[in-house]
Amino acid sequence: MARHQGRGMASVNYPIGMNLGGDPSQALIHSNPDGKFTVALSAIDLGQGMKQVSRQIAAETLGVPVEDVYVDTADSDTGPHDMGSFASRGTHRMGNAIIVAAREARGVLLEAAAEELEVDAGDLVTDGRGNIHVRGAPSRSITVKATAQAAQFKQGKTIAGRGIFLIPLSAVDAETGEMNPNTAFAHACLVADVAVDDETGEVEVLRMTSAYELGRVINPRMVEQQLVGGAWMGMSHALFETPEPYYPDPAHGPRDFNEYLMPGPGEIAPYHVTVLERPAPDGPFGGKGPGEMCANPVLPAIANAVYNAVGVRVDELPITPEKILRGLKANGGVKPGPRRGGPVNWR
Amino acid sequence: MLELRKDLFADERDDNLNVIGKGIQRQDMPGHVTGLTRYFDDHAFDGMLHLKVVRSPHASARIRSIDIAAAARAPGVKRVLRAADVPVNKNTLLSLINFGKDDEPSLAVDQVHYKGEPVVAIIAETEAQALAAKKLVRIDYEPMPAVFDVEEALKPGAPVVNETYPANYFEYHERFDHQKLRFGDVERAFASADMVLEHRYQMSPIEHAPTETNGSIAAPEQNGRFVVHSCAQGLFFALGTAAKIVAVESNRLHFIGGTVGGGFGGKVDSLTEPLAVLGAMVTGRPVRFVLDREEEMLYGSPRGAERIYIKDGLMRDGRIVARQIRSYFDAGAYTRLSSYAAIKCTAHLPGPYWIPNVSSDVHVAYTNRCPSTAMRGFGITAVDFALEVQMDRLAEAAGMDPMEFRILNAYRDGDMKPHRRKASNTALIECVQVAAGKANWPISEQGKRQSSLTGGGAGERAQIPATVLDARGQIGRPDTRQSGPTQTLPAGTSRIAPSKQPVMEGARDGRAAPTQVPRYEPARTATQPLAPAAYAPPPSPYQPVAGRQPPPYQPPPAPPSPAPAPATQTQHGAVRFSSVFGRRR
Repeated sequence: MARHQGRGMASVNYPIGMNLGGDPSQALIHSNPDGKFTVALSAIDLGQGMKQVSRQIAAETLGVPVEDVYVDTADSDTGPHDMGSFASRGTHRMGNAIIVAAREARGVLLEAAAEELEVDAGDLVTDGRGNIHVRGAPSRSITVKATAQAAQFKQGKTIAGRGIFLIPLSAVDAETGEMNPNTAFAHACLVADVAVDDETGEVEVLRMTSAYELGRVINPRMVEQQLVGGAWMGMSHALFETPEPYYPDPAHGPRDFNEYLMPGPGEIAPYHVTVLERPAPDGPFGGKGPGEMCANPVLPAIANAVYNAVGVRVDELPITPEKILRGLKANGGVKPGPRRGGPVNWR
Repeated sequence: MLELRKDLFADERDDNLNVIGKGIQRQDMPGHVTGLTRYFDDHAFDGMLHLKVVRSPHASARIRSIDIAAAARAPGVKRVLRAADVPVNKNTLLSLINFGKDDEPSLAVDQVHYKGEPVVAIIAETEAQALAAKKLVRIDYEPMPAVFDVEEALKPGAPVVNETYPANYFEYHERFDHQKLRFGDVERAFASADMVLEHRYQMSPIEHAPTETNGSIAAPEQNGRFVVHSCAQGLFFALGTAAKIVAVESNRLHFIGGTVGGGFGGKVDSLTEPLAVLGAMVTGRPVRFVLDREEEMLYGSPRGAERIYIKDGLMRDGRIVARQIRSYFDAGAYTRLSSYAAIKCTAHLPGPYWIPNVSSDVHVAYTNRCPSTAMRGFGITAVDFALEVQMDRLAEAAGMDPMEFRILNAYRDGDMKPHRRKASNTALIECVQVAAGKANWPISEQGKRQSSLTGGGAGERAQIPATVLDARGQIGRPDTRQSGPTQTLPAGTSRIAPSKQPVMEGARDGRAAPTQVPRYEPARTATQPLAPAAYAPPPSPYQPVAGRQPPPYQPPPAPPSPAPAPATQTQHGAVRFSSVFGRRR
């Protein structure tokens, strides 16, 4: 009896935002008299980082330090309508709405600064550190704070903006399925290395190596958080989870985390992600959305790696030890596939 | 570990940005790691009551009688709610966008259709009192036949799961029992293919298993309003659903949320908000309705199972010439969002590959299990599993390395997709190349030279082919499920208008309205790379047929100038999906 190593891969793409469009997001931005900005939304932060993505997009567009922007979400009395946080739509849809709102607020900010500096607003730039100055003449400057105070108490201007982003709803043809589903797609390829025990049927994921193309990375730490967490979820879907292990028989049904199988700390595999950035023409700074797709390539890559290791195709998830052992029995033993290079080019 | 490959697509980006692209700590991180972040359940009120529901023990049953007398007299019980107490006791989530018919009660009326369906709600001073009173509710059930398999459910004579859709399928376009995708002629391509491979795949149901279970707290505010602390993934979706079910104007509800302890799609269904608000209305006191762990696991709507059949026509040189898919979403007893996922799945097919003939029938079937709902990768995760295992099989059948096989069949910029729109901004080939390199998985020099930017959209790759249509699967006519072709749609046919540019609201203070998408336009410096050599993967004994291989690269035409802004564009209320699917509630 032995453990057999195998290697499998899968490549996928993923549509960003609600299929067919018709899913608007709105944003409101305003400054307090000290030039500190609040972004009011109804987006939901599920832990994925919606608030921080919104904050960075707002700060970049406004041209102010990120510390000077806070995101207030979600209160239906103060935050304008948003469809919600699902369908990998948060960064793309809300990000675009924030850009529209921030551009408007920035426009007023520069007008107010222009009035104080007695120059044309079109000649002004921001330095991202809280100052506004004449292009090419950094000494002719005013702080964002002084500008906001002048706007509020002297000029009577509201440094504020509102934005909406809506890809209009598409119809669907009943006979051909013709439609305008999505405007942005992300891409990935993932390699899984596994070891399969031919005595117990257990699969161990040894390591995973992937490349993701996600458009512009807004915050690499949060991309990493999503992709690593999603890979864990993919491993879990592939090898462990289901409330109905003999579906369509509805029997079993776990009641808690003791009965519902998921990988524990000992099963977490080393994982290396390479991120490519091909900006989406209609994404915020080219951003797409990594939220949902990051589990998807893991499932087939593991299934294909199991086949490469021992020659058993498991077409019904999850890939349980029982299914592996039954497959080995039906095949009359282990039938390993071709070796596929390795070891990996990372530690 | 994460590595950024800034060298790829560098001419499409301007990396000279201040804040974007920086790994700045999240504004909410200190709160999360110190336990100061407040979630919905951290908003306790004085005098707060607790709501618990009595759930059906049967997968399918008639309710003969319900006796709540003993429960209503139990210690601490303030109110017992039954179906008749719910103002609008039938809803479907997507009714907010006019898609689908109302099919699901908040509390079961005279039948139950899945184990765990809520029948009676108890509101008591403490959670323990509510749980104790649940045991005093006497419900007399008459068990009925149930069906658990999607294909069994679609057979004539199967037990009716959902009276709104009595044939156990969601109805598309008022015409068919499934959503169709038709592109080219798969049957003719199968007949001329070197090999035809057909396999069946099954995605299991999955729990969302969030750390924070579903729940909400509703409390009376002044002026006849109610504040609701919610874990919803769509704040206004939950608000709209609750307002409809309790029959109040939307501005009488004040929803607060936005910080959620994990969702993964399982917090889109408004599982608790409507009854919590109703409880606050009828008692005049704050009401908390939170699922316990067992309820979350068993009755908090899972990712539904999907069964997928894929049939592919393959040439010995590795080209896929036809792909036919038949799949079934297991919606459980009610629609929730499965109807939407089937359309999303249809748009995704046949995966990120260029295949000249594609056909799919995607069904949504009702079974007697807890309604399934959205989950991370909704409509895509299961079919990606099926497609990519199938691709592994095809590569083996063609005698090719799986990486080379993906590169050969990958879609590229300019290729026509089966939903009749051209692909752009693609990067599958580059992902394969980079992953192979990092994993030290050898691929050919030819494979390394391929690019998403070149070779796509040439010849037939950019064309909408003549397409064979059929009228299979007419509503109420299971006999038509095997019927043959009806007509051939000419090549190049398009019947759905391309989407307009996104509509933006006008700006205030007299400034010009931002009428465009905030398009990202980097400074393009260099010209496009040179044309690659035609790709002929090494292990294949056959050369690609002339005309099919990626032709030399031609630079894309200049982008069209922006469309002028519409003069006035006002859209009040929900977008009407009825115009899309032809079926209103």
